[in-house]
Amino acid sequence: MREHTVLRVVVKLLIAPILIFALYVQFHGDYSPGGGFQAGVIFAAAIILYALIFGLAEARRAVPPGVLRVIGALGVLLYAGTGVYAMLSGGNFLDYDYLAHDAVHGQHYGLLLVEFGVGLTVSSVITSVFYVFAGRGRRREQS
Amino acid sequence: MTVDIVLNILLLSFLAITGLAIARVRNLFPVAMLTGLYSLLSASLFQLLDAVDVALTEAAVGAGVMTVLFLATFGLTRAREKSVPRSRTAIGLVVTGLTGAALFYASLDMPHFGAADTPVQEHPLRERYLETVREEIDVPNAVTAVLASYRGYDTLGEVTVVLTAGVGVLMLLGVSRRGRHDDDKEP
Repeated sequence: MREHTVLRVVVKLLIAPILIFALYVQFHGDYSPGGGFQAGVIFAAAIILYALIFGLAEARRAVPPGVLRVIGALGVLLYAGTGVYAMLSGGNFLDYDYLAHDAVHGQHYGLLLVEFGVGLTVSSVITSVFYVFAGRGRRREQS
Repeated sequence: MTVDIVLNILLLSFLAITGLAIARVRNLFPVAMLTGLYSLLSASLFQLLDAVDVALTEAAVGAGVMTVLFLATFGLTRAREKSVPRSRTAIGLVVTGLTGAALFYASLDMPHFGAADTPVQEHPLRERYLETVREEIDVPNAVTAVLASYRGYDTLGEVTVVLTAGVGVLMLLGVSRRGRHDDDKEP
């Protein structure tokens, strides 16, 4: 896609707002529509858009697949870890009331952490799946 | 209100037209595009129904990521639908017709749109989720509160499913025949 100047310029302008919108959907999910799932998908969509226009190799350099695998697992770990932390603080598994001195504050912390875990896992899994699908097609063309 | 009705009718007819086009077109690249369009129209319908969270998901997953994954898949397989003999399309038509008739019959049992005496409105859980949430969790978006707190176990399960699915795809496709990770290799 080297020759599509219009596409390259437009995408370059769009990617930063898309990433920021994903972060907004992620961390503003308690107040407005959205949450981890939606934010993860939007974040992944931005990376996929980058890969489509600037090439898979460039995208892999910016967001390495090995890092994605670790982040995907970390997301679930963060989610389950929040639950375990609530247990250690004296509540039940995933009972956010015990995350802070005040039950409502604890719930806020819980929602934020758990949704962040969801976002991490969803975005990295979708990007990884896209990488392997797109990578296979390109290799077959070469051989 | 009338604007809503007009928009609903317009969007639903566009949905029907897109569905028919998907069924007719034989080349699969336009079909992927039309599927994305179908998702975008569904997302607009969800938006009209005030289901903004669902609309956001549908627009991002259905119209965005799925279309790209379809296109990447067509890069691996053939992008033309196999032609099917007439007799087998007839069977498909009959099955589709019967399913559609059954769904239509079932829809007659559903409460009218916006009715006040539906289980959704009257069930005690509605009060639990939409009113007690103010004191217990105190976030304006009750969907997030239900999803992450009241239904925390479910969501943990869902995230685990997403990760497991990703691991499955990586194990099937991410390793080349020589046993090296595809995506570690320099292109």
